[in-house]
Amino acid sequence: MSLEIEPIVARLREALPTAGISLRKNPGPSGQHSLLIDSASLIDVCRTLRDTPGLEFDFLSNVTGVDWPVAAKADTIAIPEGEGTAPTGGMLEVVYHLYSTTLRTGPLVLRARTVDREKQVQIPSVVSVFRSAELQEREIFDLYGVIFTGHPDLRRILMWDEFVDHPMRKDYVAPDDYEYEPTPHEAVLEKAKKHYGERQKI
Amino acid sequence: MISDSSMPYSAPTLEPGEDDDQLLRVSLGPQHPSTHGVFRMNVVLDGETVVSLKSVFGYLHRNHEKLAENMTYLSSMPYTDRLDYICPLTNNWALAHAVEKLAGIEVPERAEFIRVITAELTRLINHTAFMGFILGDMGAWGSALMYAFREREKILDLFEDLTGARMMSNFMRYGGCRNDLPAGWADRCSIVVNDYGPFLDELEKFLVGNEILLARTQDVGQLPQKTLINGGITGPMLRAAGVNYDIRKVEPYGIYDRFDFRIPLGAKGDCYDRIMIRFLEMRESLKILRQALDQLPAGDYIHPKAKIRNFKPPVGEAYARIEGPKGELGFHLISDGTVNPFRYRIRPPSFINLTLLEDMCLGLDLADVVIILGSVDIVLGEVDR
Repeated sequence: MSLEIEPIVARLREALPTAGISLRKNPGPSGQHSLLIDSASLIDVCRTLRDTPGLEFDFLSNVTGVDWPVAAKADTIAIPEGEGTAPTGGMLEVVYHLYSTTLRTGPLVLRARTVDREKQVQIPSVVSVFRSAELQEREIFDLYGVIFTGHPDLRRILMWDEFVDHPMRKDYVAPDDYEYEPTPHEAVLEKAKKHYGERQKI
Repeated sequence: MISDSSMPYSAPTLEPGEDDDQLLRVSLGPQHPSTHGVFRMNVVLDGETVVSLKSVFGYLHRNHEKLAENMTYLSSMPYTDRLDYICPLTNNWALAHAVEKLAGIEVPERAEFIRVITAELTRLINHTAFMGFILGDMGAWGSALMYAFREREKILDLFEDLTGARMMSNFMRYGGCRNDLPAGWADRCSIVVNDYGPFLDELEKFLVGNEILLARTQDVGQLPQKTLINGGITGPMLRAAGVNYDIRKVEPYGIYDRFDFRIPLGAKGDCYDRIMIRFLEMRESLKILRQALDQLPAGDYIHPKAKIRNFKPPVGEAYARIEGPKGELGFHLISDGTVNPFRYRIRPPSFINLTLLEDMCLGLDLADVVIILGSVDIVLGEVDR
């Protein structure tokens, strides 16, 4: 059951004439085509999809982070219509799967992309439109390093707060002492050493 | 509101609030029997009333998604058993369903029947165990769980016969199942299914009229339907609030459109409805099981051309979901045409069902938090992945 995506694009373009929306074809057998949304208009698009009668995509099911070290490879999964502009360098991508619980349609696949993988990694948070993104965006921030601007509580979620890297990135190198985790235990031992002084050597 | 970041990551169990000494901070978990695993909540209390609740995740994190990206599609199948370890067979099916969608693989009819039978048995296991756990949360520690596990064991015996393992089944393959039903298995399954109804009657009689259960669960933890949908809540939690959304009906995968069953709906969406809806779902599962066992056709249990070695799905992506016992279990896969998935994402129902935990608990007593968390029905293997 694949969704008729062209009428949705037409309605979105009618409602939001300035928004950057481009249709991307999925070459695989699943037939789940997607819409690449400009970061700047992502929230407006989500709100329109949720609130427009006849679209009513009120349920954001899944949010996926993807790391593309070679950004051009992303266009082989989501093929642009016509020529398109081939992205250069690397980028991070966030994929959203929306459903409608009232009309029982879906999944509508949205994609948003960052400019690169190092500095410009911001994507607006959709939590204000869909609460279900709250924990999932935190997870993507944690594991990929996408900064969701406007997220109410953007902290690490699965890794511990002191962790520095983003483990789901393709070029992540696991540390040699990967079992090391800072715990207060060492501070306690240090304190005990002072407390017992010389006696500890006995 | 006290911000959570000021709290050290391994705080003492009790600590007075810094800016208001009327407030008490309680770190509930991760080693607390009522958190259903290594889940932690930093709760701020005003007297007995919850004024803030922040969940802390990650104690069981092993980055299953990263592991899966570095191995073949089939190699991650046994790892899915460890996601929601109460119900491995639905996890298996969710992954197989997503890969079949990604690669356009057909599944033979008999395999579809075997999948439906195992999935509905899994739903029985999950909901029965849930009854034991939630009664444990209410203080009936042990007795309800003992009855629940007694019946669960009968189904686990069937699973052991079928898959070789009680829990870590590793049973589905892309295009079918790993092996056929052993001789006499369907008959033994019928006996278990027929005996299950009387057991449910008995369990329900114990629970439904129980005064403690009624007092502890009624009018606890309701949220409006709109909030639940917006918060991504799925499964029995959503249907207990009266939202008619079950993926077996909405987007029938496998052969669910062939069976006659109904979707039970709750009225208020409190913890009581969440318990009762699971009873009703089990009865519907029994209906499906009887029909499936009656109609079980002969044929292949796996597609004869299903490729096991050097399996490379075509370039593309697919998101596929099934109605797991805990909610919508989805897999989003991106293939770049190699033997390893380029991206392998799990949409875990129990993780996303925790999004609204704080909203449900605010203004209630600390003791209600335990019930609400129990009624969400989480498994930490899936929450932390």
